[in-house]
Amino acid sequence: MLDVKGLAKAARAEGGPIEIEKQMTLPWTDAFRISLRNVTLRLGRAAITAAGVVLGIAFLASVWTSKVVVEGLELSQEEAHRRQVEAVQTAAGVEEEAGTATEVVTAEEKANRAARQAWLVIMSLLVCTVGITNSMLMSVTERFQEIGTMKCLGALDMFIVRLFLIESILIGLLGSLVGVLIGHLIMLLVFCIKEGWDTPAKMDWAAMAVYMLVAVAIGTLLSLVAAVGPAVRAARMPPAAALQTEI
Amino acid sequence: MAKITCPSCGYEIDTPGIVTVCPECGADLRGVMEEVGHQREEMMATIARDDSVTTHEFIVRTRGLTKIYVMGEVEVPALRGVDLDVRRGEYLSIMGPSGSGKSTLFNMVGGLDKPTDGTCFIEEVDMAQLDAFELAWLRCRKIGYIFQTFNLIPVMTALENVTLPMIFAGMGTDEMMERGRTLLDLVGLGDRLHHKPYELSGGQQQRVAVARALANAPAIILADEPTGNLDLQTGKEIIDLLKELNRESGVTVISATHDLKMIDVSDRIVHIRDGEVERIEQRADLELEIGTLGSEHVTD
Ligand SMILES: Nc1ncnc2c1ncn2[C@@H]1O[C@H](COP(=O)(O)OP(=O)(O)OP(=O)(O)O)[C@@H](O)[C@H]1O
Ligand SMILES: [Mg+2]
Repeated sequence: MLDVKGLAKAARAEGGPIEIEKQMTLPWTDAFRISLRNVTLRLGRAAITAAGVVLGIAFLASVWTSKVVVEGLELSQEEAHRRQVEAVQTAAGVEEEAGTATEVVTAEEKANRAARQAWLVIMSLLVCTVGITNSMLMSVTERFQEIGTMKCLGALDMFIVRLFLIESILIGLLGSLVGVLIGHLIMLLVFCIKEGWDTPAKMDWAAMAVYMLVAVAIGTLLSLVAAVGPAVRAARMPPAAALQTEI
Repeated sequence: MAKITCPSCGYEIDTPGIVTVCPECGADLRGVMEEVGHQREEMMATIARDDSVTTHEFIVRTRGLTKIYVMGEVEVPALRGVDLDVRRGEYLSIMGPSGSGKSTLFNMVGGLDKPTDGTCFIEEVDMAQLDAFELAWLRCRKIGYIFQTFNLIPVMTALENVTLPMIFAGMGTDEMMERGRTLLDLVGLGDRLHHKPYELSGGQQQRVAVARALANAPAIILADEPTGNLDLQTGKEIIDLLKELNRESGVTVISATHDLKMIDVSDRIVHIRDGEVERIEQRADLELEIGTLGSEHVTD
């Protein structure tokens, strides 16, 4: 049998310093497992961070639901109106001119409403990002010692960042799924009560689904973006400083 | 920490010492005991790794190691030119009053912080010359750390804590699990593999930390007040465990402490005060002193 250890020893016995290597690993599967554990076992902490996402995304989802619902209602109204006009026209054989005027007003109103909504959505998402960053900072600070320990065990800065980013994606995904459901359901309920229980039937569900998916994507992305700063900052700390911080 | 089963009556004996006769049926146990001893020797050979050039006697050397913390306007000198040579395979204790710079020295030697001035060599390698990847490698493979506050990862089980450094080192899953179990067995926690840190006592947590420090067969164990958070008896057990590992596997142990129990097991004791080496006591001198109970000896 080859004595590998002995050979290595003999090769280096000339007297130079030990061979320092560079290779360190943290496979994605392990990173994912550790991050998932961190989310599920620190549920309270994760919930606080997720709450920011839930609120922001719930607002976004409610705005978009209302958009889709209103469009659906308008469409069905227009449809009804058109049918009525057609009926009148065929009955009287008279050209209607007022119709175009009303339509112009509606288009202007629509543009106005869209701009107002976009403004609201952007502001609320900004506020929500600040909130997530804040709770991410707190959650990273709480774990300085853990980060220092991991670096003592051989973790590269990159590993620490990776763990926190996966964690924030998980939290963002969870938070925005919940947020979308809450925002959507509440808005739908409000419209049902106001406009009648047949409202869902008048909606364009394909468009609604796309909006919901986009909302989940935005929430996840925001959470990820918010975590980058705190994660990088924590990972860059020298292990001694990270270990020393007492909480 | 040998666990043997009597071949004739099946009685299980859990003892750190040597048993020649089964207390239950009186059967001769010398053969069994010898085999357990062999197995242990074989395992101990894998606990610490010394695959470096054996020509240099000192595994750690510091020259003029200085650390000055700057806090706003004030400069706090924590180390003022420490020259220290640590012999391969020795058990070295660093003693000194609170604030004397033990932890600071520890951080420099362990590559956890950069000195303001001076150099620290590990196996003749100047730590200041290493990049982030090489430092991580050194921390992962060459050094095992033990802390006063245990510092286990709270969301991971004992086994997962022990195997984490092996993941970083790129070990395969099967080998990793096997070694993790062996190490936890070695520190007497073979039946606590899947317990989370908060389900373990302080002493047990520190045992997990000892097993974790051995994960990648280090050449050096750095322990900063490993008994600081433990009661007298439990602290003694941890020290005995460290000494046992040092003696049987040849791993170098450097331990900062103000615990006098450490004196018994140390080969040398470095006393530091105000960031300077005050004196170094040899074990041999200490043994002489026990007879005379006289004043402390100064050497080096
Ligand atoms: N991060 C820091 N910033 C500023 N000063 C520090 C820092 N860390 C340590 N010091 C100072 O350096 C000196 C040495 O501290 P060190 O922690 O090394 O002492 P110690 O011997 O480990 O003490 P103890 O036995 O209490 O752990 C002290 O005066 C301390 O105030
Ligand atoms: Mg200290």
